[in-house]
Amino acid sequence: MKVTARPELNYGDFAFSEEREAQAQKILARYPEGREASAIIPFLDLAQRENGGWLSKEAIDYVAMRTGSASIRVYEVASFYTMFYLEPVGKHVVQVCRTTPCWLRGADALTDAAKQKLGIGLGETSEDGNFTLIEVECLGACCNAPMVQINDDFYEDLTPERMGEILDDLAAGKEVAAGPQSGRRYSEPEGGPQTLLHMASEA
Amino acid sequence: MLQDQDRIFTNLYGQQHFGLQAAMKRGVWDGVKEMVTRERGDIIDDVKASDLRGRGGAGFPTGMKWSFMPPDDRMDDRPHYLVVNADESEPGTCKDREILRNDPHRLLEGMVVACRAMGAHTGYIYIRGEFYNEASNVQVAIDEAYDAGLLGKNSKLGWDVDIHLHRGAGAYICGEETALLESLEGKKGQPRLKPPFPAGAGLYGCPTTVNNVETIAVVPEILRRGVSWWTGLGPERNRGTKLFCVSGHVNKPCNVEEEMGIPLRELLEKHCGGVRGGWDNLLTIIPGGSSVPCLTSSVCGDIKMDFDTLRAAGSGLGTAAVIVMDKSTDIIRAIERLSHFYMHESCGQCTPCREGTGWMWRVLGRMCEGRSSREEIGMLFDVTKQIEGHTICALGDAAAWPVQGLIRNFRPVIEERIDRFVAGQSGADMPVAAE
Repeated sequence: MKVTARPELNYGDFAFSEEREAQAQKILARYPEGREASAIIPFLDLAQRENGGWLSKEAIDYVAMRTGSASIRVYEVASFYTMFYLEPVGKHVVQVCRTTPCWLRGADALTDAAKQKLGIGLGETSEDGNFTLIEVECLGACCNAPMVQINDDFYEDLTPERMGEILDDLAAGKEVAAGPQSGRRYSEPEGGPQTLLHMASEA
Repeated sequence: MLQDQDRIFTNLYGQQHFGLQAAMKRGVWDGVKEMVTRERGDIIDDVKASDLRGRGGAGFPTGMKWSFMPPDDRMDDRPHYLVVNADESEPGTCKDREILRNDPHRLLEGMVVACRAMGAHTGYIYIRGEFYNEASNVQVAIDEAYDAGLLGKNSKLGWDVDIHLHRGAGAYICGEETALLESLEGKKGQPRLKPPFPAGAGLYGCPTTVNNVETIAVVPEILRRGVSWWTGLGPERNRGTKLFCVSGHVNKPCNVEEEMGIPLRELLEKHCGGVRGGWDNLLTIIPGGSSVPCLTSSVCGDIKMDFDTLRAAGSGLGTAAVIVMDKSTDIIRAIERLSHFYMHESCGQCTPCREGTGWMWRVLGRMCEGRSSREEIGMLFDVTKQIEGHTICALGDAAAWPVQGLIRNFRPVIEERIDRFVAGQSGADMPVAAE
């Protein structure tokens, strides 16, 4: 195959912070020599965090430089995976799970509640830059449906009311404990486990 | 009902700490040293004898899969790899998540044993990117195991294994083993043509085996307690215990470890508080994650939850993710949602899947309103058959089966809605199928 000239990478002064650089070094050590391309996805994740939640052209070129890849190779990865955003997003990216198990337990009502509370539609970012609202496909927390992911955290067993409270708290800059909002632990049945009862006392 | 003493995932509900110290108290890492001093073939023979079938959905015999890896006398200079598929994304499925965050050491000990059995010294865990906090727990567990000399060079277990965590970035298709390998190599997750199979040329072109989290995590316990303990549970060819994820319209959705072959009704009523509004309010269940066809309520009464029984009933155990729907459910809408999922997650490589998933979703969207015709139901069924079996990977099949299940089991519901729409719309333009 004829290799034509690669366009020059243009990453300006984009660079990982010291802390992220340390993470980057650990990531690179996971893959055999000559397989630095394996670090593209983890590096894009680092770059996105570095860049305030989305991937600019500079961020993509920087990852290309760091992994010895062509810019287009990194771009096609960035555009394939749903967790990469190619446009600016709000400080809190609210991702409502819309797939059937969550839908059966009221995902639509969560979306409506979030729309109403934030005053924005799906795919939009609030004017203050605080929130972006999107619907996503199955997040793998079906026993705790309905649920949303906000940045790195899952908020599960939600009601529309609780959804609104969480958004209020986040808007006010408060921390909100992630996980099931109904008081149960993980995916045990509501009211507490009916099996493995001895485990708690042995802890 | 399975007794607690036969449960493997004793920390399923996170009642204890996930870390090494607590895990060791639960018996994790016990006897691993003895296991890895055995010959590769001996370990594989035990896994074969246990009849363990893969927990990721396809139910392929695990021992046989491991035996495809080149044996010691046919190894070349390429390293062998074990890759654990923790890209749990099948709608309804949330079992591996509990292993990853509440009992990660069970996975790690299983990886060491599996690496020994396949002559591998390196294992990767490919975890879906959304499981950020779960990945953090797994990383803590990996670091603990290195510090304790259980992983890394000069392992005190006698078989050196390096384990690395790799986070994905949001793509259901990366749960398909060759797409997962592509993704791990830093590419788009587009499945590879097989052959070559991963055991011949997988990660970086080297012999590789990809196994589900639960599959790997149960192996040490089978070897510890003995194959006969495992084969004493569950029906023939469907042995052992299984994590069931029950979601949807039950009173208490939860994850639970149960014996293979447990009657569906017992599973729902003993562990999940029963169907919302009572058993008679059951409309349908999807027994094995979104990719398998739904069952009618008449079948649900006495069906047993194992691979072969559900296959014979025209469905499948899949990942044992039971999605329950009561009579308040708009079943057409429920399947339309799934079709949207598959359209969204199609990697776009094969035409029947890329085009067909969108086509099915658009037609189903109209059928939700009744904006269709009786002839179109047959055409939709035909299209599912054109997608099924005509793609590189099984996503095409997975997209087709729920729609086939809908048409097979709920055709009268679709027809009734069409009739109602037509009655209210006489004279209006009728849609055509080819959009």
